[in-house]
Amino acid sequence: MAKKIDQNQVIKVAKLSRLDLTEDEVQEFTGQLSAILDYVEKMNELDTAGVEPLAHCLPVSNVLREDSAKESLGTEKVLANAPQRDDEFFKVPKILDDGSGA
Amino acid sequence: MEELSAKELRDKIAARQISSLEATEAVFKRIDKLEPVIGAYISTYHDLALEKAADVDRRIAAGQSVGQLAGVPVALKDNMCTTFGATTCASRILENFHAPYNATVVEKLLAADAVIVGKANMDEFAMGSSTENSGLKQTINPWDASRVPGGSSGGSCAAVAGRLCFAALGSDTGGSIRQPASFCGVVGLKPTYGCVSRYGLVAYGSSLDQIGPITQTVTDSALMMNVIAGHDPADSTSVDENISPVFDYLEKLYEPLDKLTIAIVPQFAAGADRQVQKAITEAIDVYKKLGAEIIEVNMPHLDYAIAAYYLIATAEASSNLARYDGVHYGHRSEKAEDYIEVYSKSRAEAFGKEVKRRIMLGTYALSSGYYDAYYLKALKVRNLIRADFTGVFEKCDCIMMPVSPTTAFKIGEKVDDPLTMYLSDIYTIAANLAGIPGISVPCGFDDNNLPIGLQILAPAFGEDKLLRIARMFENQTDWHKRKAPDIS
Repeated sequence: MAKKIDQNQVIKVAKLSRLDLTEDEVQEFTGQLSAILDYVEKMNELDTAGVEPLAHCLPVSNVLREDSAKESLGTEKVLANAPQRDDEFFKVPKILDDGSGA
Repeated sequence: MEELSAKELRDKIAARQISSLEATEAVFKRIDKLEPVIGAYISTYHDLALEKAADVDRRIAAGQSVGQLAGVPVALKDNMCTTFGATTCASRILENFHAPYNATVVEKLLAADAVIVGKANMDEFAMGSSTENSGLKQTINPWDASRVPGGSSGGSCAAVAGRLCFAALGSDTGGSIRQPASFCGVVGLKPTYGCVSRYGLVAYGSSLDQIGPITQTVTDSALMMNVIAGHDPADSTSVDENISPVFDYLEKLYEPLDKLTIAIVPQFAAGADRQVQKAITEAIDVYKKLGAEIIEVNMPHLDYAIAAYYLIATAEASSNLARYDGVHYGHRSEKAEDYIEVYSKSRAEAFGKEVKRRIMLGTYALSSGYYDAYYLKALKVRNLIRADFTGVFEKCDCIMMPVSPTTAFKIGEKVDDPLTMYLSDIYTIAANLAGIPGISVPCGFDDNNLPIGLQILAPAFGEDKLLRIARMFENQTDWHKRKAPDIS
């Protein structure tokens, strides 16, 4: 039987997941994810035509409250765990090309 | 003193027969002695705990009012945010994360004057059934050091079973309180979804996660529920009193139950090991002798719970864990050369294998072309599972079945075979999909002297009755009084 998911698909999903997987991991996950996807096929034994999807079990929806300002954490607390910061900002590598063509 | 339940200890502290300081020091003595073997804690807070204990003692001596857990040493699973120490989720990605606020349950424990002794080990981000997926350390089962404590709240359950605290909090997404409680011979309650605030609980599967108590007795479970249950405006999925009445669960515990109808699902339960089945049958006989009526029911969709769960939970996880980006907090790769690599290398370096696997599975299930076949299908199956429960609860007060098909398995036995590990969650997962409460209570031991748990499931927001039903059993049996030996 053909595998439910092949290496190329695993690489694609890893990219979507922002996970830089090693070749070994790609190989391992291809086998394991295929086995899991084979197993979940079981659901197709059930006729779910006309069944509503159930995203959560709560008897509530649209929880509203007054739109009033409340105290927030504050800059220092928010930035305290930042791997890199620059004054009051989170610091990350350059996102936009500087146009130098390098 | 270590033989006391949390409530007994609380009462003795209040009566000034024991001081909280003595109790807390005794706990840390045991931690010094046993923690190197058990490995239940990721962090402990000796000074902070003694300070709190001394404060409680002082206030009691001065005749001031104190909270419901005054002076009782408790533990938290390390996925609950605290402003003291780190909140790691047993992940390398959060190893040095210091939360800027306390989870609501932490605030409630502190307001109840509990003494927090430490934060317990777990499967990374609560993903696992053995605590072997912790990125930080290994926890063993206090009953047998070669075996797992169960998971994902394995550290919390091992801490209670090893008497390294008097009670603990865990979280349960697919059985993560009930299964390790069963493996460790303690009482574990997963409340109804929405009953306890999830504010400050690090999210795994947001429509399934629920915090609950892990204790030595059912009475302690009720005591802990008194402290942690209730509406929280900071969590829009925590329900208000119109839906979930706030009880004094302790007081309710003593109300007699005159007529009790228990449903069993023989076909489904037949998948458990012979010794587990025997213990469950004997437990149900205890109820029969007390006059309960037993009815046999069929719940045709339970067999599909694992399939639906591992798509829904992973889909939610793939979304929830997108926040670990190496930018705002947590591990950042030093090898990243552009901003995409900040994400992809930081995550690759610091997430463990099971977390990566679940993010991948969830991303796949939500991805274009597969959404209908996997995620949407799973949500429809979820509805059928809930309908099974709704139908059965029209005819009974509760359902009884095993917590786990086996007792605690060997460390390393299933860790390389994720699907086999998933299949061991067969009896616990449906309660999370249906949002209903479930409890594991000790009901026997197998030939290897490993604990077996009886699972009792009740209708949504029926915790008061569920606890009463569980206590009926505890009153008739001594299983909960057996303590794990001090292994060294």
